[in-house]
Amino acid sequence: MELAPVYLAFILMLAIFLGFELISKVPATLHTPLMSGANAISGIAIVGALLAAGSKMPGLAPILGAVAVTFATVNVVGGYLVTDRMLGMFKKKGD
Amino acid sequence: MIDNVAVNLAYIVAAALFVFGLKMLGSPATARRGNALSAAGMLIAVVVTLLSKGILEWHWIAVAMLVGAVIGALAARLVAMTSMPEMVALFNGTGGAASLLVGWAALYGDGSTFTAITVTLSVLIGGVTLSGSILAWGKLSEVLGSRAVVFGAQRFVNALILVGLLAAGVLFVMQPAPDSPVFFVILGLALLLGVMAVLPIGGADMPVVISLLNSYSGLAACAAGFAINNNILIVSGSLVGAAGIILTNIMCKAMNRSLANVLFSGFGAVATASKVEGEVKPINAEDAYLILEAASSVTFVPGYGMAVAQAQHAVHELGELLEGNGCEVTFAIHPVAGRMPGHMNVLLAEASVPYDQLVEMEDINRRMESVDVAVVIGANDVVNPAARQDEGSPIYGMPIINVDHARTVFVLKRSMASGFAGVDNPLFFGDNTRMLFGDAKASIMGMVAQFKE
Repeated sequence: MELAPVYLAFILMLAIFLGFELISKVPATLHTPLMSGANAISGIAIVGALLAAGSKMPGLAPILGAVAVTFATVNVVGGYLVTDRMLGMFKKKGD
Repeated sequence: MIDNVAVNLAYIVAAALFVFGLKMLGSPATARRGNALSAAGMLIAVVVTLLSKGILEWHWIAVAMLVGAVIGALAARLVAMTSMPEMVALFNGTGGAASLLVGWAALYGDGSTFTAITVTLSVLIGGVTLSGSILAWGKLSEVLGSRAVVFGAQRFVNALILVGLLAAGVLFVMQPAPDSPVFFVILGLALLLGVMAVLPIGGADMPVVISLLNSYSGLAACAAGFAINNNILIVSGSLVGAAGIILTNIMCKAMNRSLANVLFSGFGAVATASKVEGEVKPINAEDAYLILEAASSVTFVPGYGMAVAQAQHAVHELGELLEGNGCEVTFAIHPVAGRMPGHMNVLLAEASVPYDQLVEMEDINRRMESVDVAVVIGANDVVNPAARQDEGSPIYGMPIINVDHARTVFVLKRSMASGFAGVDNPLFFGDNTRMLFGDAKASIMGMVAQFKE
């Protein structure tokens, strides 16, 4: 159990490097959809929110979780849909 | 009910889909599928979480998800493309709020020191993202003034907030409790810090702020992941954090300013640039048409002014007519044009401009000498040659689109006023520059009408 934070930090380090590699090649044309698409991914907090909202933890925890679920769902649903709407407008000549 | 191992295996699949999705967002041909892939990853993560043993209570979840989905879907459908920056700012804010609350709820779980530290971090980053995003939304939608607000004691106040946060953080970690008053002090200071961080930034610097808040929303999710010991939050959060930092860096480079300079010092506070004087050569739509009609390559350089004038559809029409006339048409877009990274590209794509006509600054500068006519629409600072020539200029050193190297330059402008940075633009007095005064949309329509005759 004491090592768990260290493993998590390992994952963090690798994911950050991966993120830099993935995104540094995106052309300027797509910066806005990239940002809103990445923003939708940050709605992954929904997983934590669901776990808190569905738990039988004491006190405010389930309520805080439920409010968090609402916010995160707005982020996820809105983020993916608006990105899709934008990308649908990018057409090649003759399409 | 699925056990923990299965849940975590599914999280690995979700993370892989996020990675593929982001990779495919790198090319216009695959971007839409990439986004769908990433959404599928999210769906998997949500579904397995709902089926896991951790979920004992359904009712509130169902209500919360329904409400969130309706709000999100409506917002995504209804938002105008010109308002995309403030929409993304708000979405950043909701992400930050969610991470903040997840961290807060984790306090009711276990009271270990590690949890206390990570909860403090997620409340701090999430809080800064939330209040900073709301202020950024206010500035971008012009509900609040979009100017940078700088006051004398700002640094002192910021330092006080940071010291307060540090002290409260230490106190809280020593005695963590969900109802500790110290916790609410941290929450309040984090929200205040977000406001103070965005307050001194305004105008042309807004693309940097959105990129940075985007990064924070990822880092907040990452911190919440540490608080609840959850891999998928850490991986996805750090991917987003890295993306935001890269965009922030690109924006800063495109303005030739350091991040610290953008964050702490307002824009264009000093204007010691040498005054530019000279004769302006106006032109009317008929003469402009004659020159365009004879041109074999034309580049449009749009700025935010084009969006304000709602001229993008008219510009696209003019572009099509020129192409029909055998002319090569391109759109040169500066990285910081618009209110968020890539904003101009989206607006042009909405006006059905094909993406193969959208050219980046470096590409067009390499062949600017062979461009017959460069048409500047609602852009000013990003085409200001003072950035190359005048060391006293506040924008000196900023990379610009060298329209002055084209054979002829048309500048569409309402009147002779300076741009966002309040800098005089020697381009307007250039030998090869012709000023087409008036509303940008009306001017373009004028040229379109000439073509159709």
